[in-house]
Amino acid sequence: MAGNMKEFTKGLIKENPTLVLLLGTCPTLAISSSALDSLGMGIAATLVLVCSNAVISALKRFIPDSVRIPAFITVIASFVSIIQMLIKAFVPALDKSLGIFLPLIVVNCIILGRAEMFASKNKVWPSILDGLGMGCGFTLAITTMGIIRELLGSGTLFGLPVTEKFMEPIGIFSMTAGGFFVYGILIATVNKIAKRRNPEPGCASCPMASLCQSKDKRECGEGGEDK
Amino acid sequence: MISPVTSLIAIVLSSILTENYVLAQSIGICPFLGVSKKTGTAVGMSLAVTFVMTMAVAVTWPIQHFVLEKYGLEYLQTIVFILVIAALVQLVEAILKKYVPALYRALGVYLPLITTNCAVLAVTVLCAGRTGTVIYGNTYGYGSALVNALGSGAGYLVAMVLFSGVRQKMENSDVPNFLKGMPITLIAASILALSFLGFGGLVENLLGV
Repeated sequence: MAGNMKEFTKGLIKENPTLVLLLGTCPTLAISSSALDSLGMGIAATLVLVCSNAVISALKRFIPDSVRIPAFITVIASFVSIIQMLIKAFVPALDKSLGIFLPLIVVNCIILGRAEMFASKNKVWPSILDGLGMGCGFTLAITTMGIIRELLGSGTLFGLPVTEKFMEPIGIFSMTAGGFFVYGILIATVNKIAKRRNPEPGCASCPMASLCQSKDKRECGEGGEDK
Repeated sequence: MISPVTSLIAIVLSSILTENYVLAQSIGICPFLGVSKKTGTAVGMSLAVTFVMTMAVAVTWPIQHFVLEKYGLEYLQTIVFILVIAALVQLVEAILKKYVPALYRALGVYLPLITTNCAVLAVTVLCAGRTGTVIYGNTYGYGSALVNALGSGAGYLVAMVLFSGVRQKMENSDVPNFLKGMPITLIAASILALSFLGFGGLVENLLGV
């Protein structure tokens, strides 16, 4: 049991998918201009991640290796469609603010990445815990970013006015440019506190890396990067 | 009265400059950060993305219009589109390998990666969603969708090439330890995105749409 708990806790800080593994950057940058939307996005992605991890790990013996990526995508897309319908029916406001990024959960690299790296190699229960931990780590990171950006960019927190009395909101933080900036600073701060090196931008974390490396013996489109 | 040609030009310009996928909408960030180290690979990746984007819209638009909407199956959009894209990428790869080996050598490595590039799924969903609305004075249809996909791909290319130049400069600069690696790359991207804000309103004023 203690060993299983590690699968859950590693996703929160040590292998946080957003801040350490650098997965799922698109929703992190796009949605985090509002803390509430970030929380909604985090929960939606976590639900998809737990369900898809469970199903993929249960089906791993029946999925031939050569078609595993399309098979994983189909499983993930089904769960995304279900979540999409649920959100449309019960939280239409969230559906509106997530917009295009709700269907884009399908191609969120965290989900495919965990399917490829963990669920397809492990039993069902650890896979569920792994999905839950990674999902919570993602939710934690994206909501932290949401809080910072909403506070600076629109002077509110979860929609409630906070800084209107003493500070003019800095609109740039609500835009993509501000998103890149806050994300960079957040990664640097977290790694400074944890006393480890910043991750390098590259293909290492990409779920498709193994696929395209095996394909051409080249380094993931980097064309033989000199190390 | 706005002529259809002006409207199409407006769509292309706005999808390259003001609605740039990477720098304005933060779509397709993974390859933007991952393969922008060298200009050559950045160009190859963006061309492959542009190619697949246009093909994907060419295929998914009729599916959305003549199958999903006709039979009330819109809720299957996500799953149908991603499967079409996955199949299309495989098909394109096989066709290029057999008939256009020169192009395959240039783009082949990037093709399997593109299935999970969110820019491709995004362009198909966005184009399907805009159908029938009036954009820049003309009703958005199949032609507009294709032009939009092509423009978005070109915008992707512009962002990637510009950013690869910035990163090559950054290689030789003295960065504080605290920001080395990913953080400084993201801050550079932030400044690039900031500069693209300057294009706001350009399309409307230039073409009078």
